[in-house]
Amino acid sequence: MTGIIIIGAGKAGASAALALRRGGYTGALTLLGAEPHAPYDRPPLSKAALLEPEPPAPAWVLTPEQAAAQNISLRRGAEVTSISAPARRVHLADGTTLPYSKLLLATGATPRQLPGAAGVLYLRNYEDALALRTRLAPQSHVAIIGGGFIGLELAAAARQRGAAVTLVESAPRVLMRGVPAAVAAVIAARHAQAGVNLLTGVGIARIARAGAQHHLHLADGRLITADLLIAGIGAAPQTRLAAAAGLALDNGIAVDEWLRTSDPDIYAAGDCCAFPHPLFGGRRIRLEAWRNAQDQGEAVAQTMLGGTQPFQAVPWFWSDQYDLCLQVAGLAEPDAPTIARHLPGGTALHFQCDAQGRLIAAAAAGGMRLGKEIRLAEMLIAQRARPSPAALAAPDVPLKSLLAPMAMADASSS
Amino acid sequence: MPQIIDLCATSDIESEDVIRVDREGHSFAVYHAPGGKFYVTSGLCTHEAVHLADGLVMEHIIECPKHNGRFDYRTGEAKGAPACVNLRIFPVTLAGGRVTIALS
Repeated sequence: MTGIIIIGAGKAGASAALALRRGGYTGALTLLGAEPHAPYDRPPLSKAALLEPEPPAPAWVLTPEQAAAQNISLRRGAEVTSISAPARRVHLADGTTLPYSKLLLATGATPRQLPGAAGVLYLRNYEDALALRTRLAPQSHVAIIGGGFIGLELAAAARQRGAAVTLVESAPRVLMRGVPAAVAAVIAARHAQAGVNLLTGVGIARIARAGAQHHLHLADGRLITADLLIAGIGAAPQTRLAAAAGLALDNGIAVDEWLRTSDPDIYAAGDCCAFPHPLFGGRRIRLEAWRNAQDQGEAVAQTMLGGTQPFQAVPWFWSDQYDLCLQVAGLAEPDAPTIARHLPGGTALHFQCDAQGRLIAAAAAGGMRLGKEIRLAEMLIAQRARPSPAALAAPDVPLKSLLAPMAMADASSS
Repeated sequence: MPQIIDLCATSDIESEDVIRVDREGHSFAVYHAPGGKFYVTSGLCTHEAVHLADGLVMEHIIECPKHNGRFDYRTGEAKGAPACVNLRIFPVTLAGGRVTIALS
């Protein structure tokens, strides 16, 4: 029976499947996942999954029972080998061929590998988290390459499990991508306070094994010896199937504002796709974030059902490290000037505006109350608001008061 | 017999806002809805046990400050991922300018 096939049973794929059913689609719906598990959330893998006393089960997004109740054919361990776009067929490793009327690619991303290094651990899936858990021993010395979200969250988890941690980042500071310097500094200070040996602005010349240990030879001559070597150096969009099917690529599977690929019957969503963002001048971006996967899954389902709304959700992501909560809304430029608003309790919100005065990003690291403020900033960004720098900096001017009234109604009815 | 718990004064909460009140080993979120009605829910998000009173209230929706799980605080209904378990709600009695609930 021909219907909709979704390749990739992560957050974006599962979110799309559920949204298709919610949107009234009653035809055949197949969700193909390469992993042996039902869809689960990945954010806990670098946090709770490493810290809880017993290994927790995956945080399910769609259980087999829920899939059955929604008449979603969930196939786990299903490896897709190729797509015949002209014939509208998907070929699986087990030899089966499935016809589709519409196809969604939600193939995700895979961790970039360190060239020429053996025995390095990466984190992407549940098994990776379990492997890390067993290796993060209290007396061990862990070396982490990469000061992005994964590297820093793993550094926090390793310290909390009692391991000694050295983190090496070749850029001048941590979180260069997407987090303003002032906020990254709060995170870096918290890691230093926790005892992480944070080395920034230094590259790696060579990695060698010495028995059970790893030797990291830094470009400045220093040598780091570690029992465990973890790399969190970014992720590459999983585009193999799309490329072989002849779809346009551009730092990911290239889609338009409606998440349509260059083939009229094929769509893409989540970490794997690069899309033009209407709020940022149509700039093509690719986001590796939980919220984006959720939102794009829902948005692409609407498009597949005939909807005409372009995707223009404000990018938003979070990280939890120790007792710190980090949130970013919008697209922050690493070195652009920021406007600070100091909240009671010591946390500061940092805003960025473009040359025309439009708010384009807000970020903060600190206590949980910042979540409310970042959410309001997100609404201001969605409204293309041009708040005055003085109002942004003044804690006694509620961000809520800067919102245009229409958005309040939109937000509460959506 | 349900236990009557006095939570706060109606004047403690601005309209379209929420406060946290801890009583009897429980944490509650007390809401002042537009139009003057008051509602009480469990104070912690059903997703990761974060205090909801730190979140944003828009009309009848409370959003968790941590991951933006959303609930209708009148019914407790979970309205958006990652929140998928409904929030416990408590019937409210207003008397003499005080907000009280019955805890069974």
